Amino acid sequence: MEIRPILSALMRSKVSMILIGLQVALTLAIVCNALFIIGQRLERMDRPSGINESDTFWFGSNGFAPGYEATSVQKADLALLRGMPGVVDAAPTNSLPLSNGGWGEGIGLQPNQKTSTAQTTIYLVDDHGVATLGTQLVAGRNFKPEEVQDITFGDNLRPRVVIVSKALAERLFPGEDAVGRTIYVNEDNATTIIGVVERLQQPWVDSDSIEFATLVPAFMPYGNATRYAVRTEPGRRDEVMKAVEQKLGETNTGRIIGRMRSMEQIRADAYSGDRAMAIILGTVIFALLAITALGIVGMASFWVAQRTRQIGTRRALGATKGDILRYFQTENFIITTLGLVAGAVLAYAFSLWLMQQYQAPRLPWYYVPIGFVCLWLLGQLAVLGPALRASRVPPAVATRSV
Amino acid sequence: MFSYYLQLGLRSLRRNPILTALMVLGIALGIAASMTTLTVMHLMGSDPIPWKSDKLHYVQLDNWSADSPYYDDGRPPDQITYRDAVALVEAGKADRQAAMYKLSLPIQPQNPEVKPFQSLGRVTHSDFFAMFEPPFAHGAPWDRRQDGEHARVIVLGKALNEKLFGGQDSVGRSVRMGGNDYTVVGVLGDWKLRSKYYDLTNGAFNDPDEFFMPFTTAIDLKQRASGNNSCFRSSGDGWDAYLDSDCIWIQMWVQLDSNERLAEYKGFLDSYVNEQKKLGRFERPLNNRLLNVTEWMDDQRVVSRDVEVQTGLAFAFLIVCLVNTIGLLLAKFTRKSGEVGLRRALGASRRDVFSQFLVESGVVGLTGGVVGLALTGLGLVAVRALYPEFRSVAQLDWTMIAVTVALAIVSAVLAGLYPTWRACRVQPAAQLKM
Repeated sequence: MEIRPILSALMRSKVSMILIGLQVALTLAIVCNALFIIGQRLERMDRPSGINESDTFWFGSNGFAPGYEATSVQKADLALLRGMPGVVDAAPTNSLPLSNGGWGEGIGLQPNQKTSTAQTTIYLVDDHGVATLGTQLVAGRNFKPEEVQDITFGDNLRPRVVIVSKALAERLFPGEDAVGRTIYVNEDNATTIIGVVERLQQPWVDSDSIEFATLVPAFMPYGNATRYAVRTEPGRRDEVMKAVEQKLGETNTGRIIGRMRSMEQIRADAYSGDRAMAIILGTVIFALLAITALGIVGMASFWVAQRTRQIGTRRALGATKGDILRYFQTENFIITTLGLVAGAVLAYAFSLWLMQQYQAPRLPWYYVPIGFVCLWLLGQLAVLGPALRASRVPPAVATRSV
Repeated sequence: MFSYYLQLGLRSLRRNPILTALMVLGIALGIAASMTTLTVMHLMGSDPIPWKSDKLHYVQLDNWSADSPYYDDGRPPDQITYRDAVALVEAGKADRQAAMYKLSLPIQPQNPEVKPFQSLGRVTHSDFFAMFEPPFAHGAPWDRRQDGEHARVIVLGKALNEKLFGGQDSVGRSVRMGGNDYTVVGVLGDWKLRSKYYDLTNGAFNDPDEFFMPFTTAIDLKQRASGNNSCFRSSGDGWDAYLDSDCIWIQMWVQLDSNERLAEYKGFLDSYVNEQKKLGRFERPLNNRLLNVTEWMDDQRVVSRDVEVQTGLAFAFLIVCLVNTIGLLLAKFTRKSGEVGLRRALGASRRDVFSQFLVESGVVGLTGGVVGLALTGLGLVAVRALYPEFRSVAQLDWTMIAVTVALAIVSAVLAGLYPTWRACRVQPAAQLKM
């Protein structure tokens, strides 16, 4: 293949070449960075919360009737919930992973430590908490019923025993067995770790200590408000949700049963922003590739039309159809490559700007080469139609005058 | 002449329908992407109360622990304690002042057909209404005297009044909430708030407040906030210990009508904190802030990073679309060199040819703008579906419609400039020779 005639032809339409190159360059820069952002979001959304999500739901009960006694209502509710058909287990809990609202607390290894060793969330549960959430106890034991404290609303939390997530145990006692060790929750309150669960996330998906969670055995209604997590037999969640809403509403009319949400719904809400970002960026990538491809088609068609006579002349002088096809393909390859080289610089510059402006991580190196391959392919596909049309130009065209 | 060029332009565009469609589509897509994101960003960040946003100031004091700052970058906490809020409101040094917090209460309607339900509202001082100017449909706000009397009164939002009283004038009626009765003194009209800028600590795009009740009354009834609460040390047991603690859970605004008043108030805050330091509170160095509405919105990132990145990408996309259009117009105009030569030979000046082709680009831009506007509408529907909380800011308004069409035409004419310039440099002789 002779490159020189292609180059000299290109030099005669520098502006068109630059325009296509610029388009390819910008496309590469945007697509690489957008794909990287999408990848990060998908990775974030993929993190397991540590609890059973498919069969679990969560709801609130808020009493308003005079003489409403939240603690006794809670005990009756739990007995009722656990006896309902389809329910595997139920537990009171102030919050859940992904729910975006909860209790944050510092943990120290010494009493009244000035700065905390780790930031944890506090889940207030009873002895059914671990089983209801479906997280695995990997060391130690579960709470005993008599360890569950009744705390008056507004009083401070002084747990005697806690269960922590494995990640938190690792942070507090790196490489050691955390079970049986003493930690300090809430300034000078000594607490013993009696168990470690495999994984349990905090309620806030943006938390930088998302894997640090602590289970505390306590009943503490917030005013007259309590919340329950319920795990059902597989596949029976929706049916049980309806039954629970009805049954609890009937047993006590002096309260509101509300905010009935499945864990799947809670997860979708928690990551709705990331999902939206991924969809929007995905749409931009698609539109961008389409526009660039159409631009190449348009420009190549124009060139083919402009050079019909030259093509005819070459064919008359003995060039095969394949030669003509390869001519346009090579031309496209050269322009695309020039654009891609410029685009690589732009892509890293763009990434640098995102890093400075938004503390975004650096674009991994392999995105750009992958982008090269994709855009080469896109260019070749786009030019194929016009190039085939060019190859079908009959040699006789050379003899006709326009 | 213009209408003749317009005719010529339309005819030429009709001659290559595919190429024309490609150009129009390119501009339309670029415009739609950038206008959708720009609309959301513009409405999110726009000044919600332009006539007095520089007079309303959010009060921040740094009562946090000496051992660790609230924010690593040294900004003071987002909220203040109950005791400081009460002290500042009682001092009354600003032109107007209101402390506030978010409250969730169960409502028991008198109408037996409406089931009891949970309602989210706001606890605040009477000055709130004069400061943030919600429109009243019926009645009026409670007054400072009623603040002082801890009156059991309530102002209903439009939606809640609709639900409880079918939208009638309910002033003087009673509402039972959380086991207590409150008398309705006012009902709000349609309060169009794009963001809940007066409480950014609980999400700028949450549902609007359904009711408002006096701060003093809610504290009497020991109503805990359902918004954020942060403590750096334990608050002690019980309600009184909580009120006396260094836990922060209250937002506070002051209205200061001039820069002198602002300076005076800053001085007052500094002396207040210095007094408190003598009592052993406020362990950190003096770090008071009085940001106005727009500064506070910037500080709290009401326009999220995601939205900024999306807007940036959308404009980069628009540039690609324009480069695409330049290329296609160039191709189109170059093919018409013969026609240009002929017109030039028949006496048309370069200027004439220039305006003719520019009109043609303008037509492409206008069509692209109109199609782009329709696509922007679709884009905003998609944004509302993807981000339900952005309902109030994913709306086209007249300004944005005008900007869209203008942007489309300017983009297309700009894109058309170089190809047009090239087209009118055609030498008539060179084209006519063959």
